[in-house]
Amino acid sequence: MKLKGAQIVVESLIAEGVDTIFGFPGGAVLPLYDALYGAKLKHILVRHEQGAAHMADGYARATGRCGVALVTSGPGATNTVTGIATAYMDSIPMVILTGQVPVGLIGNDAFQEADIVGITRPCTKHSYLVRDVNDLARTIKEAFYIATTGKPGPVLIDLPKDVLNAAAEFEYPKTVSLRSYNPTVEGHPAQVKRAFEAMKQAKQPVLYIGGGMILANASAELAKFAKKTRMPVTTTLMAMGAYPTRDDLFLGMLGMHGTYAANMAMHECDVMVCLGARFDDRVTGRLDAFAKNCTVIHVDIDPTSISKNVTAHIPVVADLLDVMKKLNALAEKDAIDWDDKHRPWLTRLEEWKSLYPLRYGKSETGIIKPQFVVEQAWEAAKGRDPIWTTEVGQAQMWAAQFLQFDGPRTFLSSGGLGTMGYGLPAAIGAQAAFPGRLVVNIAGDGSIQMNIQEMITAVQYSLPVKTVILNNGVLGMVHQWQELFHGKRYSSSEFQMNPDFVKLAEAYGAVGMRITKEADVRPALEEAYRINKPVLMDFVVEKEEKVFPMVPAGGTVKEMMLL
Amino acid sequence: MKHTISVLVENRFGVLARVAGLFSGRGFNIESLTVAETEDAAVSRMTIVTRGEDRIIEQINKQLNKLIDVIKVVDVTAEEHVERELLLVKLNAEEKNRAEILRMVEIFRGKIVDVSAKSYTVEISGGDRKIEAFIEMVRPLGMQEMARSGKIALPRGTGASAPKAKKPKSGG
Repeated sequence: MKLKGAQIVVESLIAEGVDTIFGFPGGAVLPLYDALYGAKLKHILVRHEQGAAHMADGYARATGRCGVALVTSGPGATNTVTGIATAYMDSIPMVILTGQVPVGLIGNDAFQEADIVGITRPCTKHSYLVRDVNDLARTIKEAFYIATTGKPGPVLIDLPKDVLNAAAEFEYPKTVSLRSYNPTVEGHPAQVKRAFEAMKQAKQPVLYIGGGMILANASAELAKFAKKTRMPVTTTLMAMGAYPTRDDLFLGMLGMHGTYAANMAMHECDVMVCLGARFDDRVTGRLDAFAKNCTVIHVDIDPTSISKNVTAHIPVVADLLDVMKKLNALAEKDAIDWDDKHRPWLTRLEEWKSLYPLRYGKSETGIIKPQFVVEQAWEAAKGRDPIWTTEVGQAQMWAAQFLQFDGPRTFLSSGGLGTMGYGLPAAIGAQAAFPGRLVVNIAGDGSIQMNIQEMITAVQYSLPVKTVILNNGVLGMVHQWQELFHGKRYSSSEFQMNPDFVKLAEAYGAVGMRITKEADVRPALEEAYRINKPVLMDFVVEKEEKVFPMVPAGGTVKEMMLL
Repeated sequence: MKHTISVLVENRFGVLARVAGLFSGRGFNIESLTVAETEDAAVSRMTIVTRGEDRIIEQINKQLNKLIDVIKVVDVTAEEHVERELLLVKLNAEEKNRAEILRMVEIFRGKIVDVSAKSYTVEISGGDRKIEAFIEMVRPLGMQEMARSGKIALPRGTGASAPKAKKPKSGG
């Protein structure tokens, strides 16, 4: 059956099981938008293309499926770059469809032309410019395959307008054959065995979990393994939710704003088991003082991550689900008394946990403490199966520290790139996937303004996302660094003016609330969660509050600043 | 240390940019890079000469392997291999120089490929040491201009770097 290129795109997306896409039309993609008219595919019209990319990203993180964004050529495409780079840094499966000027005009500086394949080359897993309508279906099949397999990532497909208008025989390919792409899935059994033997020898082991655990859908296997072997667990920001945070083996997040117990465990361990993390500088601090006296086991699907920053003594290249299953099988067969073996180590960790828990000072001025808001946001959300998103900075760190998580894909945050403006559109993406769940974005007054225009998208599509603004009138993390490291010279980090967020919310057709008293925090949250509409809560919080503990950039655990 | 890396890639537009971008984006240096079609028109071979500590070279190898269009990466430095570079150099061919140029070209088994009243253009191929040595020898005679192709290399023996369909692997 002959179809137009635009219809081929729509049929291919449906064949991939896509139900929702996020986009914004324009000249070059008009044929595609025409084909979408009345199609069995939900299209959410955003207000800025960056929003579309983050929504596709949030949808992907929440569901584990591939997110899809559709934008036009030139500025439409370039506006997605931040969203693509965000997804790339955090290995999120995403397909971005961009319009392009007709093939004959490419390279001629045509109206709304941008070399988007060139612009995004360093921040996509792969990209395509489709020059022939006959290649279209195969290209889309390949793009989804590449985006979702191996180490996931964003794949861009650039679609010239004349390709969308041309016709071709349509048959969606069933399989993909790429001779140059075959990610390693299975962990080498001997190497996994070696890793397990090293864990058996360990007196003070620690499981250091990264976002790869969530991407591999291996959280349940991890819980089984940790409980069986009684090994303590610490997670990165990206792995929040990969392990239940209220479990007694959980040490909290590690790294720059990690807990004392987690960082000390990393410092004092004799075997460090890194599962799907990449030794980010926010985790390691000064590299030459990190993991000096321990055996490093590193499991990652991406060979380039292994021994990039920290040399792995036992490397395993594989999908984590496969490795965790193999490890569990080995642990099952083994008769070792793990609890007895690890008792002294676990006792020590317990001491650290109770001596230096995450805490914050009581408010003396009566001004609300931001950490209190986050704690209450979690308390009030009990039983509502919440998904949390964050913007970036202090609010993000407090969310990671003071929220509790029971399962994976419930904490969506821009880890690698640290993208301000991520949280609100990501929340909309997650809510589009799960209309019945509570989706809450923890934001600062700075970051929320980066993509606040998407409020109206949430209202238009009845996606009742909740936004918690921890409003301290400053760019909190910048302010904190300026206070600690730049002699309180607050260069351009204090907003002299902010919009009236309540009126702004109302202008968008959402519900706005301003909360200034501690006693009103919980009732406001509960009311907001009850309302079946987007709600924006403006919590006026303490300006001087800082995120602690803190290991200064490039520092070591020995320099950790506590409260 | 200097490394010669032979990379087989899909013969598609944009692949060179991806490879070059990988080097520039990560601050790796390229000393030379050659690329052309192989016996299979769908496949191109790139020969990249780069320099770095073992850690850097390992990253380069892994990162190249990670590119979707890269079929095979072989660091031929440690293997038995044949390598060649082509040099074209235009020398001052004044009366007093001509005999010396001819002598040098003969010693180095080169060829004079163009002659004008004032210049001889010489073609030399060989390993980089031979090329460097020739340049050293003729520099005093007066070089007008030169062009080097950059190195190409092949492992010795049969089919050592031939493209094969990769099978899903297990990794350690």
